[in-house]
Amino acid sequence: MISSTVFLQRTNFIDALYIVAFSLFIYGMSGLTGPRTAVRGNKIAATGMAIAVIATLLTPHVLRGSATPWLIALGLVIGTAIGLPAALNVRMTAMPQMVALFNGVGGGAVALIAWVEYRHRFLSGTSFWAEKSEIPTLFAAIVGSISFWGSNIAFGKLQTVLPGRPIKLPGQAVINLCLLVIAVASAVVLAAGTHSQALFILGILVAAALLGNMIVLPIGGADMPVVISLLNAFTGLSAAATGVALNNTAMIVAGMIVGASGTILTNLMAKAMNRSVPAIVAGGFGGEVAAPARGELEHRPVRSTSAQDVAIQLSYAHQVVIAPGYGMAVAQAQHAVRELEKALEAKGVTVEYAIHPVAGRMPGHMNVLLAEADVPYDLLKEMDEINPEFPRTDVTLVIGANDVTNPAAKDEPGSPIYGMPILEVNESHSVIVLKRSMASGFAGIDNPLFYDPKTAMLFGDAKASVTDITREVQAL
Amino acid sequence: MSTITEIAILVLAAFVGFEVISKVPNTLHTPLMSGTNAIHGIVLLGGLLLMHEAHGVLEHVLLVIAITFGTINVIGGFFVTDRMLEMFKRKPERDQVTAPEPERVEAGSGEQGGRP
Repeated sequence: MISSTVFLQRTNFIDALYIVAFSLFIYGMSGLTGPRTAVRGNKIAATGMAIAVIATLLTPHVLRGSATPWLIALGLVIGTAIGLPAALNVRMTAMPQMVALFNGVGGGAVALIAWVEYRHRFLSGTSFWAEKSEIPTLFAAIVGSISFWGSNIAFGKLQTVLPGRPIKLPGQAVINLCLLVIAVASAVVLAAGTHSQALFILGILVAAALLGNMIVLPIGGADMPVVISLLNAFTGLSAAATGVALNNTAMIVAGMIVGASGTILTNLMAKAMNRSVPAIVAGGFGGEVAAPARGELEHRPVRSTSAQDVAIQLSYAHQVVIAPGYGMAVAQAQHAVRELEKALEAKGVTVEYAIHPVAGRMPGHMNVLLAEADVPYDLLKEMDEINPEFPRTDVTLVIGANDVTNPAAKDEPGSPIYGMPILEVNESHSVIVLKRSMASGFAGIDNPLFYDPKTAMLFGDAKASVTDITREVQAL
Repeated sequence: MSTITEIAILVLAAFVGFEVISKVPNTLHTPLMSGTNAIHGIVLLGGLLLMHEAHGVLEHVLLVIAITFGTINVIGGFFVTDRMLEMFKRKPERDQVTAPEPERVEAGSGEQGGRP
């Protein structure tokens, strides 16, 4: 196939560029270990991507044909025109759905590329594709299609276009299993040498698309951080498979890094919720409540307080911990919270933030929201770091957090969240919960913390409440 | 390249990935996810590589969509990650400024990740 030495030199040069590209991915990602190096790390990875794209465009024949460069440019321009404004304008609270959407289009690209590859391999009779590309192509088609549809459903749920509660069909598990069997069986039949595009489209793409829908629809909102991580891993693995099929080292390495990252995050999130990944994928949770526990608790008294009392309590404390949840982000209260923190620090109070791993809608989401409000990185404490601090803490301010502070996870073996690691806010001397109403959290489980004699509730919009407290603190 | 070589690269890359990513602190998990998310947009190369081989309208349309999707993934992913990370980078001394700071629109405009 390779006749001239010029050609050989050129392909060697391009292979070298791919090696540079994937080295930059790895080096860039290792910069993400600290906030100081992270920005540079991301730019290094982006440079790696630019090099990979340039290397591909320099590959012999890639721009051959009069329409080819224009069609490539068209895709790149439309993609940039959609992706860039979305990335620059998205609000930090909407980050999980943005990531889900970006992940989905990545999976969609994998599936479409696999479809074209399939057509080449089996229909056009071009023997350009080596024998070994069959299996990775079929794998990429299945997983890419699952990822595309699954991510879109996750996007819909996070954007509340679709209801957040689980949507379940009777015999869901059996249907899912059947769809998986159909997809895998079709792949086996095709790999064995059957030439049928109809089978490829129906058996692989459509079955996998249905499976993607079926997997994510029954998953409750509380489990979203796990699902997003899992779908991220899927897209990564399917990209690596595409790399094998196309003999592209940069794609293999990049895909596997993403696969590894997604897998690690999936496990961390599942551990932080004390749930197994298969149990989450099997569905349920989120919205299904242990009914008897709720009935008992509803009649128990709740102590409510005023902004003024809270301000006095906070001002005379030595150590205050703020435990924020997604409710804080929904109320856009992060800037107000930062002001309160500064007002308290001016009075000599030590203030720290307790961040649960699944606070928010994706891994690490709460940290981004607080960083947006200029909260210094060192004040953000991870769960394992802050839990031993609670017995020494005078006041814990719970703002829009619920399930991650629920002591039922430790005390009530019957609770659906029993065993989930929590922020042990009930260990502190007193607790103030800022909450809109007595409605239960995203997981739909009642919280005994609210009925604890140590706890006082301040009802109302989180932002307004925090602003009131800050004003009172400053007036003292 | 032989299949065995490629599988070797695949396995080694998985180990490197685990090694590098497991050192990332919880605090930076959202930027990590959106950054790695941008990286899997590399599938866009598949679209570029196949375009000149495409026959007929269907294949061309599929590949243009694939390239568009991949580009959204890459450009969107890197820029959004940059925006987030800039927030973490801010130095404590800037906290003294009481006036609300102007929106940092320029964040990330330096790097045109993935666009040739």
